[in-house]
Amino acid sequence: MASLFTFANPKRFMDASAALLPWLAGATVLTLGTGLVLGFLAPPDYQQGDTVKLMFLHVPAAWTAMMGYGLLALASLFGLVWRHPLSDVAAKAAAPLGAVFTLLGLVTGSLWGKPMWGAWWVWDGRLTSFLLLLFLYLGYIALWNAFEDEVRAARAAAILALVGAVNLPIIEFSVDWWTTLHQGESIFRAGGPKIAGVFLWPLALMGLGYTLLFVTLWTIRIRTEILERRVRSLLLEGAA
Amino acid sequence: MSPFAAVLLRDMRLATRAGGSAALALGFFAAVATLVPLGVGADLKLLARVAAGVLWVAAVLAALLSLDRLFQSDFEDGSLDLIALSPLSLEAVAVAKIAAHWLTTGLPLTLLSPLLGLMFGLPAPAIAMLTLSLLIGTPSVSALGAIGAGLTLAIRRGGLILPLLVLPLLAPAVIFGAGAVQGVLDHLPSGALLLLAAFSIAATLLSPFAAAAAVRLNLAG
Repeated sequence: MASLFTFANPKRFMDASAALLPWLAGATVLTLGTGLVLGFLAPPDYQQGDTVKLMFLHVPAAWTAMMGYGLLALASLFGLVWRHPLSDVAAKAAAPLGAVFTLLGLVTGSLWGKPMWGAWWVWDGRLTSFLLLLFLYLGYIALWNAFEDEVRAARAAAILALVGAVNLPIIEFSVDWWTTLHQGESIFRAGGPKIAGVFLWPLALMGLGYTLLFVTLWTIRIRTEILERRVRSLLLEGAA
Repeated sequence: MSPFAAVLLRDMRLATRAGGSAALALGFFAAVATLVPLGVGADLKLLARVAAGVLWVAAVLAALLSLDRLFQSDFEDGSLDLIALSPLSLEAVAVAKIAAHWLTTGLPLTLLSPLLGLMFGLPAPAIAMLTLSLLIGTPSVSALGAIGAGLTLAIRRGGLILPLLVLPLLAPAVIFGAGAVQGVLDHLPSGALLLLAAFSIAATLLSPFAAAAAVRLNLAG
């Protein structure tokens, strides 16, 4: 934990992230590039044909969207408990990214659903719970924007994020129970992945690539927010 | 009179006397339920299929409408500051206010629902299940709504943002509540009512803490 709190200092975070960012960006381009090429070269599925390649864009987006909410909730918890301004900034920066990845998951899923299920949208458990996740993200962003005072906004949004985090598994479970057409879990299951290697490797690479992309963009957004706050306080000083 | 009972009774009086919103929520509930057959047609078979979902959604919306009186009006006239200074903890205040909200909104809605269920062509066992599911489920609506009301109490026109915050959290209540009735209609055994009870109990127990934290942060400074 000591190392984590070391970087809770904005100055140290700025220095460390400046050094780390080119590597993160490079790794993102590399893994996403390799994953895309491998995914494109993967053979067509015997049932789904070439549309199976949409999986490499869709599944990692859904993973990243969920991970994004987890990180948002974690940052909110740190912000609430230890009152680190940097955690507040990190939570604020994660929300729009998570919303975009959720939207990406919904859109690619819809494009995949049309040839597979014959409909752009079905009221399936997974789809619906993802739509609700999008609303949670949007509510979080809206609540943040409704406050003028940054500190108060951060704490209100953090409470909402944590309530959402407690509720998310219940929503997910209840909606799945409600009705489902979606494929069950086939990667992270007891007894190992139930998916052929030619599909698993590109999928793993794309998953890593999406995660790296999220982390890279997140770092950039946090840096931007810190710089914006600095500019604002400098302007206030100038005005005073 | 204990402080807890004082807050509870005060909120109930405010809701039921002139200018209160308990009757308005009931009227809203009935009006929404009346508009649905106008929209989907008067086929009683179809209406019976959708009745549970429609009435549950209408009940949730009606309960959300009156959430602003939970904390916001007290915040605006300053009485929330005095309540916060009282020996009663804010968590207990939240419990009292949630209870008052439920007694003046969720409970009347539940009592009205058999009549609307009858008008929607539901058979008697389904009506009984609908009423029971609303009785068990509506406390969670008041409880989770209190979190939203606490978070938005200082926001001007917070009433607009509140449903966006609270509605996604209420998805399980609607699913299990309507699901229990659907199970009766289809003559299938269903654990929905038990799941609804579990959800409602957990929400009612945990929400006061989050609501009190939300109120506290808005009162600070």
